[in-house]
Amino acid sequence: MKYTEDHEWLRAEGDIVTVGITAHASEQLGDVVFVELPEAGTSVSKDDEICVIESVKAASDIRAPLDGEIVEVNDELADNPGMVNEDPTGKAWFFKMKLADKSALDGLMDEAAYNALIG
Amino acid sequence: MADLKRTVLYDLHIELGGKMVPFAGYEMPVQYPMGVMKEHLHTRSGAGLFDVSHMGQILMSAKSGAVGDAALALERLVPVDILGLKEGRQRYALFTNEIGGILDDLMVANRGDHLFLVVNAACKDQDFAHLKAHLGDTCDLGMVTDRALLALQGPAAEAALARLVPDVVDLKFMDVAIRQWDSAELWISRSGYTGEDGFEISVPEKFALSFARALLAMEEVAPIGLGARDSLRLEAGMCLYGHDIDTTTSPVEGNVTWAIQKARRAGGAREGGFPGAARILKELADGPARRRVGLRPEGRAPMREGTEVFAGPEGGAAIGTITSGGFGPSIEAPMAMAYLPADLNEGTVVYGEVRGKRLPAAISPMPFQPNQYKR
Repeated sequence: MKYTEDHEWLRAEGDIVTVGITAHASEQLGDVVFVELPEAGTSVSKDDEICVIESVKAASDIRAPLDGEIVEVNDELADNPGMVNEDPTGKAWFFKMKLADKSALDGLMDEAAYNALIG
Repeated sequence: MADLKRTVLYDLHIELGGKMVPFAGYEMPVQYPMGVMKEHLHTRSGAGLFDVSHMGQILMSAKSGAVGDAALALERLVPVDILGLKEGRQRYALFTNEIGGILDDLMVANRGDHLFLVVNAACKDQDFAHLKAHLGDTCDLGMVTDRALLALQGPAAEAALARLVPDVVDLKFMDVAIRQWDSAELWISRSGYTGEDGFEISVPEKFALSFARALLAMEEVAPIGLGARDSLRLEAGMCLYGHDIDTTTSPVEGNVTWAIQKARRAGGAREGGFPGAARILKELADGPARRRVGLRPEGRAPMREGTEVFAGPEGGAAIGTITSGGFGPSIEAPMAMAYLPADLNEGTVVYGEVRGKRLPAAISPMPFQPNQYKR
């Protein structure tokens, strides 16, 4: 698993990565009540705002962690946004993307570095 | 947060895992580990305990000694029938300004020989100064500084409080009474800010911690933070001062005309005689141009404060703005309040612009969640 400073996790299988938000992020957000996802087939650049999460407290964006193309989104989240709090690193993945450059993953944090970031 | 004040229950909030945020000059718990959603639902199914000690508690009595004189004096500042408020009863009121806007909303209780006022934390110093300046010649005014204020809200509130103070079961919605607990004198009202049955309890600071612990020790009582307080009051259709009503909105625009009794309206026994009466009486007669309404957005996306509202899905200028909005855990849907042209009827679909997209929302009756007062 790799991590971004925006508290996203990325799990790679071949040249496809699955992306979600970390348990730490879901705790900070509080109860999630709405998730808006991008459309499959969308080309995205690193840091594009591509998802919206609304919790009982506020709205936040999820940015594209790297350059690539969205190949699948987790439609179940739209009907059951509370999954983000229940299982943030499992069932509540947000989208899968095909990376433009797979080696870009190497520039992201590993678990130890992420844990150091959130203290 | 060095310049922020703390209530006497600050250490308890920390011990309970409260996440503290600045609010109206105080460090207050926005939530506890249970989280906003569960705290909200717990209040609607059990009993929630809120620390509202940051609010202002003011005692007011006439120098003549007659409570009627204090009532008549206060009526010079509020468009509310205070003289008709019976002993042991409480009523919602509004301080208005010269242009008919609202300086604050408050609760007024008649306690036999004096009045007891509860005002918003952010406004309490200015409210006290306002009272002193206008009524100080005929009334004695005192800000209560040695008492905490707790709210116990929800269907289990009566049973929980009755274990400590058995005769609270005799109180009905908006009754006030003084009761003893141990050697503490409690000032209790059967009211609140959630739409549920419940109580607000003023307790001497030195007893506040033990009183709060005695309630929290009960199975059905959980501590509730400001986050759930906001979603509960919004579901109940209640105004948050500074957001849904303010110095520019009149009580008629704010849709709180139920707070203006007959005695203060045109043709009433004490018609007018409060700041801004010209505008407020005119709006009561002719209707206002805009009015606070409820909105139920379609789908799940909340429309938050500041969201602009449009008549159609494209084009046109904004017809209003959302003043409070969020997700209602009990109604399991988003909800909002907005100021919109008064000629739009309930059921009309308008459009809130969220992240550049116009999303439909229907004008809806409030409260969004039926209230459960014990009348």
